[in-house]
Amino acid sequence: MPKLNRDARHPITLTVDGRSVTGYAEPRMLLSDFLRQEAGVRAVHVGCEHGVCGDCTIRLDGKAVRSCLTLAMQADGRIVDTAEGLAEPGELNDLQRAFRRHHGLQCGYCTPGILMSASDYLERTPQPDEEDVRDMLSGHLCRCTGYAGMVDAILDVADERARPDETG
Amino acid sequence: MKPKPFDYVRAESAEEAIAILADAGEDAKLLAGGQSMIAMLNLRLVDPGILVDVSRIDDLDYVEESGDMLEIGAAATQSSLQGWPGLAERLPLLDRAIPYLGHFQTRNKGTVCGSLAHADPSSELPLCLATLGGEVVLGSTGGERVVAAGEFQTGMLSTARADDEMILAARYPFRKKGEGFAFTEMAMRRGDFAIVALAAVATSDGLRLGVGGVADRPTVRDWPMLEGDALDDALNAFAWELGGQDDAHATARYRRELVRRLGRQVLEEAKSCRN
Repeated sequence: MPKLNRDARHPITLTVDGRSVTGYAEPRMLLSDFLRQEAGVRAVHVGCEHGVCGDCTIRLDGKAVRSCLTLAMQADGRIVDTAEGLAEPGELNDLQRAFRRHHGLQCGYCTPGILMSASDYLERTPQPDEEDVRDMLSGHLCRCTGYAGMVDAILDVADERARPDETG
Repeated sequence: MKPKPFDYVRAESAEEAIAILADAGEDAKLLAGGQSMIAMLNLRLVDPGILVDVSRIDDLDYVEESGDMLEIGAAATQSSLQGWPGLAERLPLLDRAIPYLGHFQTRNKGTVCGSLAHADPSSELPLCLATLGGEVVLGSTGGERVVAAGEFQTGMLSTARADDEMILAARYPFRKKGEGFAFTEMAMRRGDFAIVALAAVATSDGLRLGVGGVADRPTVRDWPMLEGDALDDALNAFAWELGGQDDAHATARYRRELVRRLGRQVLEEAKSCRN
């Protein structure tokens, strides 16, 4: 592809939570900033901006990744999923319901990123044990409520999904 | 915490990336998974004129057998390596080390070759490459060359790669019959940079220990089959020779103690895993 000049804003198109979004970005624009400023996705939270805190975690082509360690340009033509797409507006999906039930959040700043990590993880590891879940959560920092409620919520959802008939 | 401006090219092939490197020289930086590079860009520790993105070169996104080694292409992620079906059986050291490497979320995007190129002294993949005696394939407009792990990393964040070269692939030797492996590390939190990381190999007649996080590069030492006090003495000598420094994370003395104690632990574990 041709070289993209540093001073210009270049059009990129990606699928965000199922809808096609076209926006403009300089090469240096981070995907986290593009999603918030160009795509209007406020569920992408920005914390440390160097890959440590996990607040900006989204799914890129299905995989949980840091959007602050991704350039907007790198997402051109790809599929991005955020916590805003987990359920219809006003609804919660099973993972979100479990977080509420188990008090898996307090201020909620870290929550959208954790939900995206957990949603990818549970698809690949449908029946994790507690140690597996804690290892996956090591990629996120929560500064208010701790991780016990999150671990319970994620294990509960794994159990629920293993018996789909009862949960409908 | 935002990068300075740079030009950007998404390379469609290794040839295209190499041509840009030949043209731009040290003004160009390669971008693969970005799990170190974009963090450094955000912190403004690097300031390239042009960023060459090799992460979507499909021909380089592979993990496959190459003779008695596993070859990992430049665009293959750490998750792809972790998911290679034969890993536990044929590359037990990597199988044990990868869970320590960052987090699930960073392994999904971070590449194996990018980690080698970044050459952090405490990083797990360069340590495993050095301990197993693997190799790195470099490409430039002049052709390809293969560099042995022992010659590849030349210091902290520096390698034998020239400005006009890119890493095309890395090769990790498979387990041979009779070898046992163990890996451990000490870090402040799971997934943090290792204060000390240790990789051990035991064979029928000898021991090998690779240590990261102390010297400016992963350092490997071979011994005959030692036991008891002789092994403790060898580890103590090695701990001093590594020449660790005090820094914000740990003192040199603590690092030496970790090499002595965890070194003993991983070597004993490697011995017990031999088959």
